[in-house]
Amino acid sequence: MAEVEDTLKRIQAQHGVIGTIVVNGEGIPIRTTLDNSTSVQYAGLLHQLTMKARSAVRDIDPQNELTFLRIRSKKHEIMVAPDKEYLLIAIQNPSE
Amino acid sequence: MSEKQPQNESNLSEKTVVLRRARLNAATSSLMRFSFKECCFKPVADEPDIEIEGSLVHKDSEEGQILCAEKEVGRKSKTLFSCITTATQTTINPPREVACQTESQPLLVNYSATANQWEIYDFYQEELQKRTSSTKKDEKENEIAEGAEGVHGNLSLLRDFTDKSDHDLAMLSTAAKLLEYAVNENINGDIIADFKHFEDEADEFRGDKGTLLPLWEFQYNKVKSLPVSALCWNKKYNDLFAVGLGSHKFTELECGMLLFYTWRNNNHPEFLFNTDSGVMCVDIHEQKSHLVAVGLFNGNVCVYNLMAKGDQPIYNSMASSGKHSGTVWQVKWWEDDLYGNHTFFSVSADGRVVSWTLGKYELFSTNIIKLPPMDKVPDDLNNVIVTAGLTLDFHKQKPYHFLVGTEAGKIHKGSTHYTRFIKTYEAHFRMVSCVRWNPFNPKVFITCGMDWRVNIWDETTDSPVFTFDLKSSVMDVAWAPYSSTVFAAVTADGKVHVFDLSINRFEALCQQRVVSTKRHLTCIEFNPVHPIIIVGNDRGLVISLKLSPNLRKNPKEEKGKEPSTGAEVEIAKMEKLLILMR
Repeated sequence: MAEVEDTLKRIQAQHGVIGTIVVNGEGIPIRTTLDNSTSVQYAGLLHQLTMKARSAVRDIDPQNELTFLRIRSKKHEIMVAPDKEYLLIAIQNPSE
Repeated sequence: MSEKQPQNESNLSEKTVVLRRARLNAATSSLMRFSFKECCFKPVADEPDIEIEGSLVHKDSEEGQILCAEKEVGRKSKTLFSCITTATQTTINPPREVACQTESQPLLVNYSATANQWEIYDFYQEELQKRTSSTKKDEKENEIAEGAEGVHGNLSLLRDFTDKSDHDLAMLSTAAKLLEYAVNENINGDIIADFKHFEDEADEFRGDKGTLLPLWEFQYNKVKSLPVSALCWNKKYNDLFAVGLGSHKFTELECGMLLFYTWRNNNHPEFLFNTDSGVMCVDIHEQKSHLVAVGLFNGNVCVYNLMAKGDQPIYNSMASSGKHSGTVWQVKWWEDDLYGNHTFFSVSADGRVVSWTLGKYELFSTNIIKLPPMDKVPDDLNNVIVTAGLTLDFHKQKPYHFLVGTEAGKIHKGSTHYTRFIKTYEAHFRMVSCVRWNPFNPKVFITCGMDWRVNIWDETTDSPVFTFDLKSSVMDVAWAPYSSTVFAAVTADGKVHVFDLSINRFEALCQQRVVSTKRHLTCIEFNPVHPIIIVGNDRGLVISLKLSPNLRKNPKEEKGKEPSTGAEVEIAKMEKLLILMR
């Protein structure tokens, strides 16, 4: 438990990381370093996208699973690490 | 009305016809009917009282005559009365209404679901599990292993976990790790690109010389003062390496650390173990890469299991009776013994080489050999003043042969079969800091010592084949895994020297300062797969460097021949050099 907390703290302290969000199985952020409205928005949208991505991966080969999802945009990169029912989201500015 | 006639005999035989007529008494011949049209009463003709429709036609009427005529001819006529078809004979049933009424439908519920391939697959897996668990009746089948197959789509797991109200974040450790790797990848993007793709093109113009490109730096913030005493790559997972931190100077801190880093996260170690004494040497088992043997400054050896949770080693020689009384300078894993137990050897400052076997609950030690005393020690003090063994290496092809380097500057070649040393080499004037067998050629080994020298030996001769003077105490030397003639050494003045004997037999191809002048370099290791080396300094810093192409060259082949690789070629290369030097 403390290990995960430490890891999250380290990730947040890294260079260029804008925020981290932990989302539960229903798409509700349970731990976040961003403000509430942004967190809820990110959580809801990325939750759906992750479900879709996971469905796509497993549809092609049911023995496969989604391990990581990265969305690189012009301004920053959104990284999603799905777990059994949680989602870990980190937003980073890679070029800095 | 009949007239009454007298009844006599003649009348009785007479037949008379009596006509009876039916006639309504009430209906008289003087019927009058009111006609509304003319508004007056009119006499009604004697009409028949009953009218019934029939199919008879009067013979004398028009129709009747036609019919008679046709009947004589014999033709069927189709008049209204004599036409007989199915259409005329079919009775048409009057229309009837028949209705059906059902009971009212039950309440409609909207249901929607998706039937993807993975949902079907998951369902089948569940069924299969249920069936196997019911037939086996084994409790352990139902245990849900963390990170097992079907992690994301396992519906029963999902149902179980969403019911839990507490947020158990401990399950997120894998995801958190992946995220950290990804974040670090973004930060170190240029380093990773260099590692994968950068090949220094200036090497073509430099002749034979090469350079080392610094890549990642690994420093754990809390141990700035502990020197790196040991490095070891994991053979199975090529990005993982072990760093042992500990000091052998009495003035410094009496604690140590064992860290495991991967270049995917150079910020924070993957595994971290605190030891109560400085770590002097580390070795990772070749096949079971979760077993790590560690030798400590206080003479203990420990074995850690990376897969076990917790900070404590699974085996510790503290309680063992055969434990070392001096600093353990080198540990090396060996083959499993006859019963399949893992074994490792250790050499320590108390002059003994001991083999340790991993029993069920504890380590069993076996004294292999005792190092012969130094020349200057008088005979009666042999057991008191011991020669410290500083380094140990097993032969790659003949695992029962090993070499031990001592503080007296000697190298002893021994075998596990014998209790005495087979051969002794006078290697250095001062302490031998490292001895290693050549990974390809079975006769060659390299030694380095505090007398500034690096020597390359052929085991059959008594004097070194090659000698290099590096102008500063040589702390560690390592052979390259890809070539039998390439090796690298680190010195106390912070330089890394890389040699390739097949290209240049007298001087280094690269002599590069990697750390600042005040710091020493203490260890060096080549990655088994990639062309990078890691070096450790005396302040807990580990730097990884990439070898430039000149340092990795294969010797030029004759024109027309294909470049050949492989162990035989490497052995032959070395042989050629040895023959030259004789």
